[in-house]
Amino acid sequence: MKQITKAMMLVAVLGVAACTNADRFDNDFDAGAGAGTGVAVPGSADDPTSVAHFQQRVGDRVLFAVDQSNLSPEGQTVLAGQAAWLLRNSDYLAIIEGHADEQGTRQYNLALGARRANAVMEYLVAQGVPQSRLKFVSYGKERPIEICSQEACYAQNRRAVTIISAGLTG
Amino acid sequence: MTHRLMQLVLAAMMALVHVSATAAPLRIEITEGVVEPLPFALPVFVPESPQAAELAQQVSRVVAQDLIGTGLFREIPSDAHISRVSSFGAPVAFADWKAINAQALITGAVGTDGAGRLTVKFRAWDVFAGTELVPGQQFASSEDGWRRLAHKVADQVYSSLTGETPYFDSRVVFVSETGPKNKREKRLAIMDYDGSNVQYLTDSSAIVLAPRFSPSGDRVLYTSYASGFPRVHVLTVGDVRSRVLQSNEGVMSFAPRFSPDGRTVVYSLTQGSNTDIWAMDVASGATRRMTNSPAIETAPSYSPDGSQIVFESDRSGSQQLYIMSAAGGDARRISFGQSGRYGTPVWSPRGDLIAFTKQNAGRFHIGVMRTDGSEERLLTASFLDEGPSWAPNGRVLMFARETQGAQGASALYSVDVSGRNLKRVRTPAGGSDPSWGPLQ
Repeated sequence: MKQITKAMMLVAVLGVAACTNADRFDNDFDAGAGAGTGVAVPGSADDPTSVAHFQQRVGDRVLFAVDQSNLSPEGQTVLAGQAAWLLRNSDYLAIIEGHADEQGTRQYNLALGARRANAVMEYLVAQGVPQSRLKFVSYGKERPIEICSQEACYAQNRRAVTIISAGLTG
Repeated sequence: MTHRLMQLVLAAMMALVHVSATAAPLRIEITEGVVEPLPFALPVFVPESPQAAELAQQVSRVVAQDLIGTGLFREIPSDAHISRVSSFGAPVAFADWKAINAQALITGAVGTDGAGRLTVKFRAWDVFAGTELVPGQQFASSEDGWRRLAHKVADQVYSSLTGETPYFDSRVVFVSETGPKNKREKRLAIMDYDGSNVQYLTDSSAIVLAPRFSPSGDRVLYTSYASGFPRVHVLTVGDVRSRVLQSNEGVMSFAPRFSPDGRTVVYSLTQGSNTDIWAMDVASGATRRMTNSPAIETAPSYSPDGSQIVFESDRSGSQQLYIMSAAGGDARRISFGQSGRYGTPVWSPRGDLIAFTKQNAGRFHIGVMRTDGSEERLLTASFLDEGPSWAPNGRVLMFARETQGAQGASALYSVDVSGRNLKRVRTPAGGSDPSWGPLQ
């Protein structure tokens, strides 16, 4: 049974992590939706060892102020949860993706997204997550999730998202 | 005198001429102004055989469009012509062209040899002086190279009328864009300067950004996410093969640009939260750190003599422009506008100006300043203008304009360095990150 659970989890994980196309940047997380009450369905958001749980209950992203990369108190709370999850689920690796809104030049925004992702990575490492399990990448302004040209959208786009991927250990 | 004609065009290009009161050499500052374009006539080039008739029409159109597209010339429509040109060698009836106020007359002939070989002969005349501006010349190529022949003809006429080096026979590498902002697909593409002959260099499987031509146009630097991380690649235009140039594990590299001799590439490397400028010797792969500050340093661009590099940094707290020696090290800030952020600096091929993107009060501008930061002029304004690239003669800038909102799209535009003649460069899909290559 444990083997089967693990296999299911990996399938769910790979479904998230192996996908490299632009659809990954959509912000809908359907994994585990409709899970019934009572016993947690393995891999659903109610299963605390699941990636869906990480995304929906822990929170996979933090947001930033305009042209800033410092972490807000709310952001730090989310990241403390991320660190605890990563420490409990030590088979997983994570890539932190940094993003910027469209109000900036392309190269600068790449560097700004890197600052944001690195701020998240440093925070997780400070919480005890081994650096060897973490990587970061910046997409600058290339992959907004909201496309209106207003602050309501920009605020969602200035983000760093922690993407969980399958680990090397079995 | 043809000299008189050139002065007419120069006046159109400069619009305002400042003469320094004390300095001996005449200094001319290019400034914004409204001018009357110089009228020319271009009767359809004479086809030397019935088979050449269609090509003669096409070549004539492209020559006229090149000249009109500068904003410096105006074509007198053919239905106003009095004279018909029936053979290339026939004497010119200057009185007929004077009567319709054609200042310049361009005549030509187009021939094909039946085996796919195309020849174009042409002359340009100063109508009121009754003299040749461009003595009879001839270009030849394969028939499918007819556009290049037309651009070469227009280049000759442009040079003789302006005294400037030309730019029509040049290509632009850019990012072709399709799809909405949150699912944008990007491909590297190359085109003629006027948007014709688009060829794709990559597919859209990985994000590609900011291609930059080598000085001779044989290679293109760009940033690709093919590995999952942004990394500088170099592509050979001839065989469309590319390789990773900077592949250090765990780092991002981007914003590459060649040195004027094509041997060195400067680019940005991100390590931790810090982005610095590095240089790589292309042949050996040896790298060297050029800046060393905890701030963001990016978008380096060499001076045409290769001795200096202009770049952007937020070391002062906001994005500003700096110049350092090509050996790296200390830098001096050159942008001191009242407000706003400055990025994407590009040194003019003439050496005298630096073009940039300025972001201020929610608007974006393409602007130019002297290399000491003085005489800043903003040439455009919109929701998002970005990433200027110079024409090979330093007279025109091409850049990308992204429109606002959920339906927003990016397109290429060009503008004269005077700020006049802003226009869209038509491409089959959207476009961004143009890099204007050398005269071919």
